[in-house]
Amino acid sequence: MTTILGVPLVALFGQLLLGLINGAFYALLSLGLAVIFGLLRIINFAHGAQYMLGAFGALLFLQYLNIDYWVALALVPLTVGAIGILIERFLLRRIAHLDHLYGLLLTFGLAMIIEGSFVNFFGVSGANYPIPEALQGGFKLDFMFLPTYRAWVLVAGLGMCLFTWFMIEKTRLGAYLRAGTEKPQLMQAFGVNMPLLTTLTYGFGVALAGFAGVLAAPIYSVSPAMGSNLLIVVFAVVVIGGMGSIMGAILTGLAMGVIEGLTKVFWPESASTVIFFVMVLVLLVRPNGLFGKEV
Amino acid sequence: MSRPDAQLLISNLHAFYGESHILHGINLEVNRGELVTLLGRNGSGRSTTLKAIMNMVDRRTGSIMIDGRETLNVAPHRIARLGVGFCPEERGIFASLSVEENLLLPPTVASGGMSLDELFEMFPNLYERRKSQGTRLSGGEQQMLAMARILRTGAKLLLLDEITEGLAPVIVERLGEVLMELKRRGMTIVLVEQNFRFAAPLADRHYLIEHGQVIDSFSAAELAGKRDQLNAMLGV
Repeated sequence: MTTILGVPLVALFGQLLLGLINGAFYALLSLGLAVIFGLLRIINFAHGAQYMLGAFGALLFLQYLNIDYWVALALVPLTVGAIGILIERFLLRRIAHLDHLYGLLLTFGLAMIIEGSFVNFFGVSGANYPIPEALQGGFKLDFMFLPTYRAWVLVAGLGMCLFTWFMIEKTRLGAYLRAGTEKPQLMQAFGVNMPLLTTLTYGFGVALAGFAGVLAAPIYSVSPAMGSNLLIVVFAVVVIGGMGSIMGAILTGLAMGVIEGLTKVFWPESASTVIFFVMVLVLLVRPNGLFGKEV
Repeated sequence: MSRPDAQLLISNLHAFYGESHILHGINLEVNRGELVTLLGRNGSGRSTTLKAIMNMVDRRTGSIMIDGRETLNVAPHRIARLGVGFCPEERGIFASLSVEENLLLPPTVASGGMSLDELFEMFPNLYERRKSQGTRLSGGEQQMLAMARILRTGAKLLLLDEITEGLAPVIVERLGEVLMELKRRGMTIVLVEQNFRFAAPLADRHYLIEHGQVIDSFSAAELAGKRDQLNAMLGV
């Protein structure tokens, strides 16, 4: 059997792929956080809970309304995004003039309430979402077996990331968003409805979390705590990448997934902490993050 | 005192930032097609007057009529839609946008704005540097960009805050030519200006502002007789 540094190639590629898939989730979630932070200056602690809402949304739609995966993939992010719009309009906007720490506390409280309610109704153990029929099975590659659904997650996750990047960096609406991030008051003076743009931006960032949740439902166990477990790592990814750049968030998310995957091969014991090692290093050397702008 | 051709009519305007009371009853009137300057020392309330018109202050009382319409309760993002273009003192060029994106950013507020071709003809430097990052431009070019982007929107009333500040004489001269051209096109312009020599030949009328109040106003013809008073006040 072929080996690299004493590690079978099959294991290496397997972990690399797993890392990329995790990385796609990190990218999707840190992207949403970066978009929200850019305009609202709020660290959205409810992001994990909103991701969990996406996964549960898919599960509940299937169980109670018999809505299949493909419809859910469109419908759930819209629903979760609409919840986000209500949160911004009726809660975050009321405290927007205060120190941004209050936004962090408010979203943190929301996350606890949402998670707590779901634990109350669905218990902690979680449920499984079936892999949609069209995506069952897999490809037998030379070096490993690639489950079709995992390949799909990678394609769909990266596709959504690139779509978001394109929308923000290459369109007129995106130019409004970038400019509004810099000088919201001047944008108002130009006649741009910033309160509306802010609401929609939060809704969009939250919808991204919901989309990630639907993608995750067939892979990870759908449970109330699934978001908060992931969010800690995503925050580390955001710190490493820096808040300034959309492409930075995507690349850092993928890279951290891969680094985590490779660590599982070469030094399994430290796989769950390696991202935090990187975070500490980056904070010491480049406090604004790899792609961040000067503060 | 309201006249039918008043594009901007401000009466007893008070403006506040938090607890600070900045404007203490400003009264001024700008007719269609006029270029009017607001003269005064730094901190006298001239920039705040422009910001109050744009609803960019915390609180305002009194009356601000734009085109005969009361705007005191109009939301900030709706003021521009009345045909107002604002060029802030710090120029407000966006670093995350290219020159071209900066130029195309402000939404169109009325028909009859200048086309990109016309703007590039007026400001050839901007054409050459249209792909550069907005804040990579020189100070003069950034000022041109800040002016150009509100000319595209079709705004008929321009509020220009200290557009010559810190710029080389040759650029200031060019800005003077641009203002003459805008006047010829029938724009109404309110110019907050420190550079009196720049403003004097362009303006139809002048308002002198001190401690948040208009303390004097006079026409271009009366200017000669006021020179000593102005020199003493503005310290030029």
